Amino acid sequence: MNLLLKGGRILDPSRNIDGVMDLLVKNGTIAACGPDLQAPPETQTLDVGGLIVSPGLIDMHVHLREPGQEYKETVATGAAAAVAGGFTAVACMPNTLPVNDTRSITEFILRRAGEAGLARIYPIAAVSLGQEGRQMTEFADLKDAGAVALSDDGKPVMDAALMRRTLEYAESLGLTVIQHCEDLSLSAGGLMHEGYYSTILGMRGIPAIAEDIIANRDILIAEYSGTRIHIAHVSTAGAVRILREAKKRGVRVTAETAPHYFTLTDESLTGYNTAFKVNPPLRTAEDVAAIKEGLADGTLDVIACDHAPHARTDKEVEFEYASNGISGLETSLGLSLKLIEDGVLSWPDLIAKMSLNPARILNLPSASLAPGACADITVIDPNRPWTVDLKAFRSRGKNSPFGGCALPGRAVLTIVGGEIKYNGLASQ
Amino acid sequence: MTKLTKKDILGMADLTVDEIHLILETAESFLEISTRDIKKVPTLRGKSIINLFYEASTRTRTSFEIAGKRLSADTINISASTSSVVKGETLIDTARNLEAMNPDIIVLRHSAAGAPHLLAGLVRQSIINAGDGAHEHPSQALLDMMTIREKKGRIAGLKIALVGDIQHSRVARSNIYGLNKMGARVVVAGPATMMPRDIEKMGVEAFTRIEDAIVDADVVMMLRIQLERQKQNLFPSLREYAQRYCLNRTNFKLAKSDAIVMHPGPINRGVEISPDIADDSGFSVILDQVANGVAVRMALLYLLSGGNE
Ligand SMILES: [Zn+2]
Repeated sequence: MNLLLKGGRILDPSRNIDGVMDLLVKNGTIAACGPDLQAPPETQTLDVGGLIVSPGLIDMHVHLREPGQEYKETVATGAAAAVAGGFTAVACMPNTLPVNDTRSITEFILRRAGEAGLARIYPIAAVSLGQEGRQMTEFADLKDAGAVALSDDGKPVMDAALMRRTLEYAESLGLTVIQHCEDLSLSAGGLMHEGYYSTILGMRGIPAIAEDIIANRDILIAEYSGTRIHIAHVSTAGAVRILREAKKRGVRVTAETAPHYFTLTDESLTGYNTAFKVNPPLRTAEDVAAIKEGLADGTLDVIACDHAPHARTDKEVEFEYASNGISGLETSLGLSLKLIEDGVLSWPDLIAKMSLNPARILNLPSASLAPGACADITVIDPNRPWTVDLKAFRSRGKNSPFGGCALPGRAVLTIVGGEIKYNGLASQ
Repeated sequence: MTKLTKKDILGMADLTVDEIHLILETAESFLEISTRDIKKVPTLRGKSIINLFYEASTRTRTSFEIAGKRLSADTINISASTSSVVKGETLIDTARNLEAMNPDIIVLRHSAAGAPHLLAGLVRQSIINAGDGAHEHPSQALLDMMTIREKKGRIAGLKIALVGDIQHSRVARSNIYGLNKMGARVVVAGPATMMPRDIEKMGVEAFTRIEDAIVDADVVMMLRIQLERQKQNLFPSLREYAQRYCLNRTNFKLAKSDAIVMHPGPINRGVEISPDIADDSGFSVILDQVANGVAVRMALLYLLSGGNE
């Protein structure tokens, strides 16, 4: 089956294309992109007038919980959430049970992804065995098995010498290293951002410098070693400033932030609602402003939602005992569209941060609508207001502070390898 | 105002000045009952109160228990464990079970900040926060305010110094909210390591020297120091803490000549307050605080049960 998308606004940051055109998909690849294309025989034609046609969106930071915590999420339910949220591909963090620190776990995840047959799943392998921060995993073997990057996410790599060796060894293999920046000695026991609200709520705080210090340290290590490094879920004004300065002097650093860090502040915690409990924690209004500036000026390359699904039992407890995280795949695009409404990002910039940039950082193919490219495509209706209904999430994790939120638009078609994996064109 | 319309007493942050007045006046009227030969009135006969304590606290629990009994309510004590390692029944399950037994009021003490707020949202019964982590301890602040009013005749315009571990003190937070609302000038002092960030935004002046806080104070409220904070490097040793923050004859001279000394108890003698100050009934009102605690808790139980009906 071939596909002809007629009359959409084609946005392809890989070729700086932004214009109303048709897009023809044949045998799983982009066949043509131009005005007034004719449908060859056996072609499904879809009118996408008024809609955005984008390279398939990629979320480079999700937690799929399988193996080990299937009650929270599985590869299949996570992949279903991904395509419903407009993502044709996601990269999943290794903090499963057991940790993805060996070839067999990486292969297991890829097998599950194949069975689900929805979004592309790119496993990220652990830096250290068991994510214990001591012994390096077999980077080359893991890459060979299909891992696209290395991270101990969920935890930081606290040992500076281990981080140095990891960056050096991974660089020689072309593997990206992703750091979760948190100085554990400064964040110990912390439940939320340290500031006025932690003071009045009587909760132990996580100071912004817990993030800034490790971001700064690892940027210095990457600079010294001449390697790349990617900084996960940036939440502080300090980290944005450190990243901006590092990029200016030519350090090969890239960084991501998540929708909740440009949408919410620590003031949201005044009711002790555990849906707002994330790590890094929600910061101040000044941090939110700095994150938006970092997105606008290119300091922050990527929007990735840190999809962290949890079961009700993980969240319906005292704040102190509740798990960190937001089930984010199905609201990430809608929240990010607000950045366009607010004048923070242009359409091409937003699309680049959600497709081309993560693809480049992880050395993934595609993220392009050029003829010959793999037909991973997301069609977005920017003007389809909807209200977030947590019960309707495909993800097993209904843990989100955005239930009931009005969002401006959403993905209406998610096409992976030329096949429609999600079709919300008709639904309202 | 003659009635409390709130379902729960979660913290001083949510109480209005009128509500505080009502609680204090009601408590003052109950004080007399505790001096009678037969210290019991039938006001809450047939009502049941559960004291659900996830943290050991003989003082507060006993105070609530006596308060309930003096009003003829049935009081039941439940001690629970919060060990997150040995996961027992969750707070939510416990709450649903208790709700099914249909008590009128649940008094909750919990080590996690916000636990009473979670419980209040789940059950139809009234919840009284008897201390949640480092967050609030409203009945303590109310009994402190009752004691200040009793000794000073007013709260508005007084300079009140809180000294010690402000960071981890629910007593400090509740008093800051309450005393500020009642028009006092609140100053705090303690080691910089135990001074929470942006505390000034709560409407207090903050100092690291006890002397700076207690100068010209009408009330000096000393807070309890947890000995284990030393292990977290929040202060180097009890010896040095006592040298710098213990209220003694010398530094107490800086306060007004008629200043009173308060402490929520239990006291680490010689660490927070020197024994001669603590035991001097000329200015120590620590035992009055205990007596007023029962009256304030009677008032809270009474008003939450629909008082003045
Ligand atoms: Zn992380």
